[in-house]
Amino acid sequence: MSTATLEPRVHTPRNYLNADYGWKSWLFTLDHKRIALLYLVSVTFFFLVGGSFAVLMRIHLTEPQGALVQPETYNKLFTLHGVVMIFFFLIPSIPAVLGNFLVPLMVGARDLAFPKLNLLSWYIYIVGGLFTLYSAIAGGVDTGWTFYTPYSSTYSNTQVTAVAIGVFVTGFSSILTGLNFIVTIHKMRAPGLTWFRMPLFLWAMYATSLIMILGTPVLAITIFLLALEHLFHVGIFSPALGGDPLLFQHMFWFYSHPAVYIMILPAMGVVSEIIACFSRKRIFGYTIVAFSSVAIAVLGFLVWGHHMFVTGQSVYAGLIFSLLSFLVAIPSAIKVFNWTATLYKGSISYEAPMLYAMGFIGLFTMGGLTGLFLASLATDVHLNGTYFIVAHFHYIMVGGAVMGYLGGIHFWWPKISGRKYPNMWAGIAAVIIFIGFNLTFFPQFILGYLGMPRRYAFYPAEFQVLNVMSSAGATVLGVGYLIPLIYLIWSMRYGPVAEANPWGATGLEWTTPSPPPTENFTEIPVVTEEAYAYGPKEGSGD
Amino acid sequence: MQSLPFQPEQASSIAKSVDELYLFLTLITLFFTALIFGMIFYFMIRYRRRSPDERPKPIEGNVPLEILWTAVPTLIVALIFVWSSMLYFKNAEAPKGSMEIFVTGKQWMWKVEHPEGQREINEVHVPLGRPVKLTMTSEDVIHDFFVPAFRVKKDVLPGRYTSLWFTPTKVGTFHLFCAQYCGAYHAGMMGAIVVQEPDDYERWLAGGAPGESMEQAGEKVFQANGCITCHTPDGAGLGPSLLGVYGQPVKLVGGETVTADDAYIRESILQPKAKVVLGYTPIMPTFQGQLTEEQLNNLIAYIRALGKSQPKSKEEGKQ
Amino acid sequence: MTDAEAHAQKGMAHQFEDLDQQHEADTLGIWVFLITEIMFFGGVFAAYAIYRWLYFAAFDGGSHILDIRLGAINTIVLLGSSLTMVLAVRSAQTGNRKATVWYLIATMILGSIFLGVKAYEYNQKFVEHVVPSLDWAPDGEALKLLAPGGLQHAQIYFIFYFAMTGLHAIHMIIGMGLLLWLVLRARKDDFTPQYFAPVEVVGLYWHFVDIVWIFLFPLLYLIGGRY
Repeated sequence: MSTATLEPRVHTPRNYLNADYGWKSWLFTLDHKRIALLYLVSVTFFFLVGGSFAVLMRIHLTEPQGALVQPETYNKLFTLHGVVMIFFFLIPSIPAVLGNFLVPLMVGARDLAFPKLNLLSWYIYIVGGLFTLYSAIAGGVDTGWTFYTPYSSTYSNTQVTAVAIGVFVTGFSSILTGLNFIVTIHKMRAPGLTWFRMPLFLWAMYATSLIMILGTPVLAITIFLLALEHLFHVGIFSPALGGDPLLFQHMFWFYSHPAVYIMILPAMGVVSEIIACFSRKRIFGYTIVAFSSVAIAVLGFLVWGHHMFVTGQSVYAGLIFSLLSFLVAIPSAIKVFNWTATLYKGSISYEAPMLYAMGFIGLFTMGGLTGLFLASLATDVHLNGTYFIVAHFHYIMVGGAVMGYLGGIHFWWPKISGRKYPNMWAGIAAVIIFIGFNLTFFPQFILGYLGMPRRYAFYPAEFQVLNVMSSAGATVLGVGYLIPLIYLIWSMRYGPVAEANPWGATGLEWTTPSPPPTENFTEIPVVTEEAYAYGPKEGSGD
Repeated sequence: MQSLPFQPEQASSIAKSVDELYLFLTLITLFFTALIFGMIFYFMIRYRRRSPDERPKPIEGNVPLEILWTAVPTLIVALIFVWSSMLYFKNAEAPKGSMEIFVTGKQWMWKVEHPEGQREINEVHVPLGRPVKLTMTSEDVIHDFFVPAFRVKKDVLPGRYTSLWFTPTKVGTFHLFCAQYCGAYHAGMMGAIVVQEPDDYERWLAGGAPGESMEQAGEKVFQANGCITCHTPDGAGLGPSLLGVYGQPVKLVGGETVTADDAYIRESILQPKAKVVLGYTPIMPTFQGQLTEEQLNNLIAYIRALGKSQPKSKEEGKQ
Repeated sequence: MTDAEAHAQKGMAHQFEDLDQQHEADTLGIWVFLITEIMFFGGVFAAYAIYRWLYFAAFDGGSHILDIRLGAINTIVLLGSSLTMVLAVRSAQTGNRKATVWYLIATMILGSIFLGVKAYEYNQKFVEHVVPSLDWAPDGEALKLLAPGGLQHAQIYFIFYFAMTGLHAIHMIIGMGLLLWLVLRARKDDFTPQYFAPVEVVGLYWHFVDIVWIFLFPLLYLIGGRY
């Protein structure tokens, strides 16, 4: 998505895109909307990088002995796939792209509270990304994205340090984004925009930001200690040097489990906006949906031990972590029921964003329910470390988070670019992605139950059929992802010009022109009603 | 290529009970997935937008409904939690009198040692119908001992012991996988569990090179490393006697009490000063880096045996 | 806009409605950041706690190698620097430019003394050969102190000593840079009684770094009943 295609039009009024053209006006911009676009381009790049690793992996796994590469290379592929997708795509995707663009618009402010920190966070992200790319080029890293010790700290002789620095550095980008959102939402809401008039997307961003500022520093210190052990060969996590190998897992999952909610909560926020708009209904049980986001964020910090049921931790610890993990299921279930109930007696139109949102609900439901298998101790013992886990978290992260992200991009694309995309193609892509996704990952549930461990470069022949099915599905999924990339880029030049509020949506972001002017609002808006006032009496925002 | 199975073989005493829970969870998943998909499709068709300026009446919410769909998932997860935890607890401890086997993980192989001294690599022979308890440790990184057909799995950690047990209920050969990523040839760390009829198993045990039992090997290590000089059986040496110690509580300097289990014995060999027995001075040197994991296993097997046979000790005869 | 109004609005960023809003945002921002810092140090403190519990003898021995007087002096120096920092914030608030500059410089001097003492202590560790991995060959007195807990575990104590005090020192160095920036801005008369948030924000950061040391001193220097 190059900026060069955004040509000046004589007839377009001044907006944040045509305010200035030089490369400096992009790389040194303090405008949250331009920074959002910088993020959009960079996360798209990393999505393609991570995606290409996935394609190679799926090709390799079509044959039991491995069709493509050496086991060492395969190990590097899944490691880099995980690191790139999680730290450089999923975590920044919705918060840093859509959140950056929308939080000030939704609260009715001219920018985030700290625009310089915002730009700094993008640069930090890029530096972290460069370290990671360097590690990939300089030989790769083979520890798995989980970096379990002592393998990562004292046995692996790959580029552990470079990736550790990359992840460490990028964490600060996440922290600064979270900090910016929290302060903006607390202090910069437009007059009349009380907490319970906020769109649910803002609630989701707020909950996400809490996790970012509380969890990310713990990951940073963990990775720091790991790098110390790797570089100086001193015992922190390595039992041969007197360390405790499980301490790393405790500290790692203390962040990395909540990190899953950094990925899924924003998507839930996006989906709430989309469903309300395309069924013209207030979200059913608004308050409960808002609080359930915060509940998920808080509970997320108390469940890390469910990644460690088979490490030999005490059965009583297992019991407590199992119970707490089940508790997360409750707010998640409440959300799903409320979204579904929102459709009841609505006025539903099948625009592309709505298709993504419906896909999200279905896939998230499956991902969430299969989580019960893993929270339950007796079944987790069998399923832990198998393809069942792989399938489960892809349902949450790809079926959930990526569907939400794409839905959001489609929903706000007219606002971001000022152009409309071809609706038919967008609908086709949404359906292809939904089908391709299920074809790819559903067979992996069965593979896992049958006992195929994850991270296997080659496998017993009896698992081949399901692996081939999964790889075939991945082809469909890959094609599905390329279609939006093409028509969205196309629309930037050739798409019909979008009006301020093409969907007839509520929310302050739709009251300003598309694309918005640099200062967002000529006059700070005053909010007089609750979110999602789609009811009959008022004439919507435009 | 063969027909697609949807369930791994059930070959251990616990497999069936795990599968019952799995089936229940699957049904719950199918029910709610169908319910949500069904409602979405129904609503999307039933309430499709019929005219562009249609404005549905807003619905604020419905408290009884909210309570209902908070309560129902809560009850369901409570049920699953109780069911699965009871199952897990029941299967947590190996039954008394289990057959003991030592397993050592190493990049990228499983080394197995039977108490009778039989050793094998990437294969574990076990008799049908007898509970088997594995005591496992790793020489390098974290591995994981996973037998899908038995529905058992446990990490194998360096520097400490974990254990796992099963009772095979089917004769045959079953996959043994390493389920914790452990480096380049992680996928190659596959093995087989060979379940035999008890008679065949006895024949197999007798058939291999008889050699010495683990206990005997441990005794040799005990003597070769000079342990015997201090840990004399009569308790008059510089170290405590090891007769009858295994599995018993031990009073420490500082007033604490620990159980003399595998972990404590291991720690006392590798870090003798960490937990010193009451009445003794911490003079024992560390054996860290001087004993292999196998020698440690042998020593533990030997000390376990000493623990059982208190009064009539071979040691005393030799004194 | 008159000059007086312009002066009253000095330092305000365009995204805010007024200076009060900006001030509130700035202070909330630094508090959120400090929460992040607490989690950051919290991670290493938790790991420290676990190893101290596991290998108490080694930690006890390691602690006795540290020079308690230097640690105490540094504690007093840092507490003093917190006082001068508070006075700097107060002076900025009352619009006393000269006092602001001098108190900031005093804070920097005390910070430098702390870092100087720390550097000397680090050097001592090399002299005693108790630097894990880089120079690890304790002998003489040090060996006598460390031997009971085991040298390998003593090394873990010193890893935590260097990691924790090192992270703290990096925070100090960043703080010194921020103080320098404040001095330069204060000299240009950038701060007014309405706009002094940068001084206050850096002040809060400085106090936080100070508090971390208040925890580090007993945790590292005072293990096992030293006076």
